Amino acid sequence: MNGYNFAYLDEPTKRMIRRAILKAVSIPGHQVPFGAREMPLPYGWGTGGIQVTAAILGPEDVLKVIDQGADDTTNAVSIRRFFARTAGVETTTHTAEASVIQTRHRIPEMPLRADQILVYQVPLPEPLAKLEPSRAETRQMHALADYGLMHVKLYEDIARFGHVAISYDYPVMVNGRYLMSPSPIPAFDTPKMNRMAALQLFGAGREKRIYAVPPFTTVRPLDFEDHPFKLVRAPHACTLCGARDSYLDEVVTDDRGGRIFVCSDTDYCEGRRDAAPGEAA
Amino acid sequence: MAYVAVKGGERAIDAAHDWLARNRRGPVSVAEVGTDQIATQLGRAVDRVMAEGSCYDPALAALAIKQAQGDLIEAAFLLRAYRTTLPRFASSLPVETGAMHIRRRISAIYKDLPGGQMLGPTYDYTHRLLDFALEAESDLPPAPARPAPAAIEPTPRVLDLLREEGLMGAEEPGGHAPPGDLTREPLAFPAGRDLRLQSLARGDEGFLLALGYSTQRGYGNNHPFVGEIRMGDVAVEIEPPELGFPIEIGRITLTECEMVNQFAGSKTEPPQFTRGYGLTFGHGERKAMGMALVDRALRAAELGEDVTAPAQDIEFVLSHSDNIEATGFVEHLKLPHYVDFQSELETIRTMRRTAEAATPQEGEPA
Amino acid sequence: MTVPLLEAHELDLRFGAIRALDRVNLSLWPGEVLAIVGESGSGKSSLLHVLSGQGAPDAGRVLYRDPAGAQHDVHAMPAPHLRALHRSDWGFVHQNPRDALRMTVSAGGNVGERLMAQGARHYGDIREIATDWLRQVEIDPSRIDDLPRTFSGGMLQRLQIARTLATHPRLVFMDEPTGGLDVSVQARLLDLIRSLVSRLGLAVLLVTHDIAVARLLAGRIIVMRRGQVVETGLTDQVLDDPQHPYTQLLVSSVLQA
Repeated sequence: MNGYNFAYLDEPTKRMIRRAILKAVSIPGHQVPFGAREMPLPYGWGTGGIQVTAAILGPEDVLKVIDQGADDTTNAVSIRRFFARTAGVETTTHTAEASVIQTRHRIPEMPLRADQILVYQVPLPEPLAKLEPSRAETRQMHALADYGLMHVKLYEDIARFGHVAISYDYPVMVNGRYLMSPSPIPAFDTPKMNRMAALQLFGAGREKRIYAVPPFTTVRPLDFEDHPFKLVRAPHACTLCGARDSYLDEVVTDDRGGRIFVCSDTDYCEGRRDAAPGEAA
Repeated sequence: MAYVAVKGGERAIDAAHDWLARNRRGPVSVAEVGTDQIATQLGRAVDRVMAEGSCYDPALAALAIKQAQGDLIEAAFLLRAYRTTLPRFASSLPVETGAMHIRRRISAIYKDLPGGQMLGPTYDYTHRLLDFALEAESDLPPAPARPAPAAIEPTPRVLDLLREEGLMGAEEPGGHAPPGDLTREPLAFPAGRDLRLQSLARGDEGFLLALGYSTQRGYGNNHPFVGEIRMGDVAVEIEPPELGFPIEIGRITLTECEMVNQFAGSKTEPPQFTRGYGLTFGHGERKAMGMALVDRALRAAELGEDVTAPAQDIEFVLSHSDNIEATGFVEHLKLPHYVDFQSELETIRTMRRTAEAATPQEGEPA
Repeated sequence: MTVPLLEAHELDLRFGAIRALDRVNLSLWPGEVLAIVGESGSGKSSLLHVLSGQGAPDAGRVLYRDPAGAQHDVHAMPAPHLRALHRSDWGFVHQNPRDALRMTVSAGGNVGERLMAQGARHYGDIREIATDWLRQVEIDPSRIDDLPRTFSGGMLQRLQIARTLATHPRLVFMDEPTGGLDVSVQARLLDLIRSLVSRLGLAVLLVTHDIAVARLLAGRIIVMRRGQVVETGLTDQVLDDPQHPYTQLLVSSVLQA
């Protein structure tokens, strides 16, 4: 792409972002402020993830971009094109072939490797934001590890519903010290973060924060001893590939309430179907 | 019907862009609007886009407006994104609005004053009647010959008159540290006045107008008067290290508003007036005035006043004043959220199943 | 116990020409209730503000002795320590319970919050402790899941007390705890405070303009006027036999009322 640096951002900006990433990796789960730039995509549409990816991408990298677990959703297409144009890197839809995976709202089903990096797009990096809107106040709370407010929220859920009613963006404790928002991934995906072999980076462009979970770091969802964290998943098998352990999308097929369930992770589903054709449920 | 996974996102995007381009052009029987026409005849739109795009370039702003089909926030976004790519080679010296080549200058607090009251090209006293003559293009009769102005009359700042009498409260001098740069460092709270003003200068005109209005209606009233509004050209100067003296690199149009506000005094200070300050690119009085009202409201905590109103809440105002951030996040709700929604569906279904199992149904034995 | 829990030395505080605190000294021993009495403008609220670390004096020091016996200068303490102190060994009961309670959180959640902030992780245990505290402050335990907005003024104040005491602080600051409540509600609340304080062995610094409250709750009393301590001593002695003319005025005006 004429007139633009590799992966769009100028080198000083990339250096600034990498420094923020290094800080973030050194303090797992801690939100590091960074001088986020305006990008050609709107705030809220992945500019943070894009800036992180742009800062770490090299010409030899292979990039996968997913949204809601799928490679073909419109925003994933838009972002993949952006990098194809500005960086000229090879892109793929196969998780196993990617070295950098940028994702919105899902973690791929297949376990990632130590030579891969997962970049999450984050809308609201502050896990306490819905309970305490002032960022000046939440910064104090993180500094003092003063997280009683979040536990109160979980307590209230159990008192009212009998269990914690958080179904996505489930608050987690990273490395036993920082309360972190994993981004709006379904609660179902949260356990995948614990001691993951890959480096996990989180970028929030509009809120101007970067944070990280280094490989093999403990990530524990908040819960009570007598009300432990539970996985929530539609109790079905994938109509296309038969998987019973993957996160499913519900698809309405007619106007009489007919619905089927299919894997949200399109690459995972395809891979299963290619390996064992004709094993649909 | 067998389910086939949805594909074709790429084709859909390309088709959407084609349609958008055709919409923007409109019927080819109508002349295409020129960016020069926008720049010269829709100047107020250009000024607003430059202010909120945070980049002074009328030609680029006009192009952005054309590309955005007149959506001014979209145009400001285009300009901001372009600005990001520009290398930063110098910082200018502070512009001297006191040395402005004034086209318009008014004060509400004195009937007459040195420099006079100059109405300039204002809409203020027009009668808001649609002028259907404008539907036809026309050539205006030549402007009446105006006598060339004598030497430009010195126009001291109105607030300096109050300062000489000791009636204006002192403001924290910013002399020591260089001002922060909002475009390079993220805003952190508590935020100093320099960053607050930067944030307000690029803030959404509607938002600041509404907040300023709210203070007048009692939500954090500070009894404002327009001390002075001046609009005109100022020189932009840089001092290259190789030269060691300042050189002018261009002139820009600015609108500056200084509000005079009451301050009741406190246990430690005798009563004095305080200032609210507004500054914007081009001719933008509504923005400059709204900004000045909000600037003063945000000083409430620093001046020992009770912070009770939204306009006085620094974190609230500055977090939500950037319409490009706002529109990005509001409009992102259009993006697919079905994965998270699926989790909500499962959770609510489970809770309802549990609740139904617990309560006996009508007509069934308990 | 012979060492004071809290000491104030030569506290000075000015607002412009006004002396809010003028060379104020005091000591508070473990388990004792000390009332600070005076009219509005006397400096009693400023004193509580400074003693609890929320505002710095212009001169003088406030010293606090922690459970391990070490002494700390309250205003030299790093902010995180002071904040942690306010959530553990210290408590603060505000005149308006809405200033301290979370109005959108249930009664149980309000009482349990400090426990959870200190690491309590068993829902059942937290709930049991909260239920027990509700009982101790004479709130029907079945209201544990109700929101405070459904509580009366007296109940809100009792809920605030439960929330404050849940982490067993040794020192509690109280700012007009019965202000704004009906006389009959006040009486009940004062009885409750008196019994809790004595049962739990709390040290209390109580600010009030109401001499009757001081007489009922406090063993010792400090009378303030225009930022100065004009008289101090055992409550009964000071109120039955006031020495300073201002104290005499205060006491006699109550009798006439």
